[in-house]
Amino acid sequence: MSVVDVRHLAVGYDGREILHDVSLAVPVGEVVAILGANGSGKSTLIRTILGLVPIARGDIDLFGTPQKRFRDWARVGYVPQRLGAGSGVPATVGEVVASGRLARRGIFRPPGAVDKAAVRAALTKVGLLDRIGDPVATLSGGQQQRTLIARALAGGPDLLVLDEPTAGVDAASQEAFAAALGEFAAGGGTILLVAHELGPLRPLIDRAVVVHEGRIAHEGIPPEPAGHHALPGHDHVHPHATPEQDKICVSPTDRITARS
Amino acid sequence: MSLFEYDFMIRALIGALVIGLAAPALGIYLVQRRLSLIGDGIGHVALTGVGVGLLLHHSPVISAVIVSAAGAVGIELIRQRGRTSGDLALALLFYGGIAGGVVLVGLSDDSSNANLMQYLFGSLITTSPQDLVVIVVLGLAVLLAMTAFRPALFAVCNDEEYARVSGLPVRTLNILMAVTTAVTVTIAMRTVGLLLVSALMVVPVAAAQQVTRGFRSTMALAMVIGLGAAGAGVAVSAEIDTAPGATTVLLALGAFVAISLGGGVARALRSRAHQPREVEPPDVVLQS
Repeated sequence: MSVVDVRHLAVGYDGREILHDVSLAVPVGEVVAILGANGSGKSTLIRTILGLVPIARGDIDLFGTPQKRFRDWARVGYVPQRLGAGSGVPATVGEVVASGRLARRGIFRPPGAVDKAAVRAALTKVGLLDRIGDPVATLSGGQQQRTLIARALAGGPDLLVLDEPTAGVDAASQEAFAAALGEFAAGGGTILLVAHELGPLRPLIDRAVVVHEGRIAHEGIPPEPAGHHALPGHDHVHPHATPEQDKICVSPTDRITARS
Repeated sequence: MSLFEYDFMIRALIGALVIGLAAPALGIYLVQRRLSLIGDGIGHVALTGVGVGLLLHHSPVISAVIVSAAGAVGIELIRQRGRTSGDLALALLFYGGIAGGVVLVGLSDDSSNANLMQYLFGSLITTSPQDLVVIVVLGLAVLLAMTAFRPALFAVCNDEEYARVSGLPVRTLNILMAVTTAVTVTIAMRTVGLLLVSALMVVPVAAAQQVTRGFRSTMALAMVIGLGAAGAGVAVSAEIDTAPGATTVLLALGAFVAISLGGGVARALRSRAHQPREVEPPDVVLQS
C-alpha cells in the first residue's frame, strides 16, 4: 500500500495552474525527496497533499483513504519551512513541541504523563532536551528547525512531510536533523521532503523526484551535485535563506569609505 | 473603606475583578495572532447592540452580546476568506457600528450624553444586580474556555497551518475565539467602557511578556496584572472620582512601564555579570 498516492493532480491559484497532471506514489518506508527550483511547484505539491491547498483536478489518497475523508492526521507529521513569525508572546520549546500531541490526544483531553514523556523523547531525538524551558525566540534558526521536527515526532507519526527543512540551517543542526530523520526512517517511517539541495540528508534518500514547471521532470536515485556545487567546501548560499535585517536603511559602507 | 459599604460599589468591584481575569486570558491569543486591536473594533460594533437594547427597553448587555457576537463572527469569516479586502470591510463594519450605536442611543427614551458616555468610558454606578449576574456567568465561561482549550488555541494562534494539518477544528476554534472576544468586550463595557476594553485585553499581556519565558507563565502573570489593575482601578476611581475604565487602563500601563524597566535593569545586570556586550559596528562610517 502507498502511504501517499497522488494521481493526475492539477492545482491552481487564482485561475493560474501551478501543477499539471502530477502522479506520485510513496510506498511504506520510502524516503522521497522532491527537488526543483523556486517556483517549480514543489512546495505546492506537498501543501496540496497535506490539504492546505485545494485540489483542482485529480485524486490524493493518504494511507489508502481519499484525502477528503482522511481523519487520522496523527499519522502525519508536518515540518514547515520555519517557525511562524514571532509575535512577541513568548513560548517555550516544550510548549511548541507539545502542540504535536494534539492530533493524537484531541482538543478536549488535557495533557497527561504520556504526552509529557513523548515531548521529552522527541526533544531528546533532536538533541534539544536541555532547552525545553527556553523561549523558542532565543534559539538559532537551526535549533528552531529542530524544534519543529521534534513537534512533528512528538505525535508519533508514520509519515513525515518536510518543507525545505535545511534551508538556512547551520551545519551542526543539519547533522542533528539528518540523524533524527535517519532514526525515524530506520524505524520504518516514511518521509516525503521538499529540498533545494540535499546536503547531509543525501545518504537517506531512496528516490528523488524533480519538479519542473509544474510537472515531474525526472525520477530516480538522487542526482550527484554537479559543477561548482560539487567542489569540497562549497558553501551554497541562497538569498532568501537568511531573513532580511530589520533596519530602516542599509548603506553601502564600502563605497562611502572609498569615496572620501 | 467607606465607599465599599454601598452595594453598587461592591457590584462594580466584583464585575471589574471578573473582567480583569477574563480579558487578558483571551487577549493573549489576540496578541499572539497580531489582532491586538480587534477588541477595539468589536467594541464599536457593540455600541449598536447597546442602542438596540435601550430602544427596545431590554438589557443593553444582552443585546450588545448578540450584536457584537454577530459582528465578530462576520469579521472572522472575512479574515478566513483572505486578507486583501478584509481591512476595508473591517473599517466599514467598525464605523457602521459606532455610528449606528450613537444614532440608536439618541433615538431611545434615555438619550442623554451622560448615558452614552457611561457605555463608551465605563461607570461605577451602572452595574445593576441583573447585569452583575450576566457579567459573572459570561466572564467565568470565557475564563473556562480560554484555559481549558489553551493547548488547542495556542496551536492555532502559533501556527494555523500546522494546526490544520493536525486535524484540529481550526474554523470552529476561530469562531469560538471571535464569540469570546465579543462576550468579553460586552461584559467589560460596564466598568472599562467600550473604547478602552481592548486595553485590558492587551496591556496586561504586553506587561507580562517583558519578563516571562513561556506562554503559560505569560498568561498567568497577565491575569494577575489584569486582576490587580481592575481591582485597584475601581478603588482608586471611587476615591478620587475619576472614570474607572481610564483609571484601570492607566494602572495597567503603569505596570507595563514598571515591569519593562525592572526587566531591562535585571537583564542588564545579568549580562554584565556574564560577559561584556559587544557593540555592533555602525553601518555608515562618515570620514572627514
